Amino acid sequence: MKIHLPNSAFLGNIDPFFRSFNNSNPNKLEITANKKWISVHPVVLSMIAALGLKIRKSNIHCNKIEARSKHYFERMGLFKFLGIKSNIKIIEHEPAGRFIPLTQIKNSSKLTKFITDIIPLLHLDPKQAEPIRYIISELVRNVLEHSQSKFGAILSAQYYKKSNTIRIGIVDTGIGIKKSINQSHGAPTDLEAIKLALTPGITGTTRREGGTEYNAGAGLFFIKSIAKVNHDFFIMYSGNSMYKLLKGNKKKHTIRLYADPFKDRHSSDEKLPYWEGTIVGIDISLNATKEFSIFLDLIRETYVKTVRERKRARYRRPKFI
Amino acid sequence: MKNIKLFPVTGSFAENKDIAREIRIKDIISCLDKNEEVTLDFKNVDSATQSFIHALISDIIRNYGIEILDNIFFKNCSETIKKIINIVTDYMQERD
Repeated sequence: MKIHLPNSAFLGNIDPFFRSFNNSNPNKLEITANKKWISVHPVVLSMIAALGLKIRKSNIHCNKIEARSKHYFERMGLFKFLGIKSNIKIIEHEPAGRFIPLTQIKNSSKLTKFITDIIPLLHLDPKQAEPIRYIISELVRNVLEHSQSKFGAILSAQYYKKSNTIRIGIVDTGIGIKKSINQSHGAPTDLEAIKLALTPGITGTTRREGGTEYNAGAGLFFIKSIAKVNHDFFIMYSGNSMYKLLKGNKKKHTIRLYADPFKDRHSSDEKLPYWEGTIVGIDISLNATKEFSIFLDLIRETYVKTVRERKRARYRRPKFI
Repeated sequence: MKNIKLFPVTGSFAENKDIAREIRIKDIISCLDKNEEVTLDFKNVDSATQSFIHALISDIIRNYGIEILDNIFFKNCSETIKKIINIVTDYMQERD
């Protein structure tokens, strides 16, 4: 496999980076990088770290990173994850920063401990922390419950002062959304499977409305909705497809949530290099963070209406002859 | 009436579904089966995920019927927790 760290790859312009990922020869990983400057979304780091976990360390080759921003990768723990000695020294008086370095979470109790111990390091006020911990908890639990990956979830996050945004990347190398959702549904393509996974009330664990005792099929809809209400990017990439929720029009005062993610302003690509597992990236603009409880009113309205309509569509009709 | 305090087991952010399941099975169901009323006390819990609340109460609603909510009381809930409980009880009333 070959992966190139480009000059820039954030959720708005990440498509060329995904397209450039070469997934041939899955037992080897070769990492190259832009020589001058690299500025990338944490989801890129989570992706590389997740690949690194699957491969024997001796089969990972990383070209010497010369870009001036190379310290960022050291600080985020990328080289440690890959088992590569970087020889990059971090200047000690550099501020600790507001970031979550690459972290592997393999079980439920480690997730709870992570949320309790690590989220406070982002130094957010409670109103801002609420959606962040919500997103991380739900996304990582999805990985633990549905991905069947022995490596669990790989996540990282970074606060960007200029845009006052937290960017989060959570990646796994498990069975992917299509296999997971098709345990109970019949999605013909990866993109259709992503669509179902984002639809409220749809879970891979059952076809039954209301879900199982453990799953309702609501988590991803909630998260996509948080991004939509805040006018932020959200991406899901699994198999050969990516769904990207695009930023909404901030001038619009009323926000409507849709059960069908294809009705949201979005882009999609079904011809990406195959990713075995699932990649989720999200930005949360802290300027725009709405009161979480107000957002829940919108969710309630859309969720119940959707389930009701879906049930009605399955009603048996009398045959009048 | 049994009072179940969540904070000592969930902390201020209730998100661990395994804990929710344990509370449901060990504490809530055992009382309901004896026809006792149950109070879920969320004092000091400032937020919860939908998954947590689902794992806590959805199976009870499914198995006992929605009328069981007459025997369960939700105490000291933050605005967020109230709304999430409402979402879960709403969609469980639309279940198959």
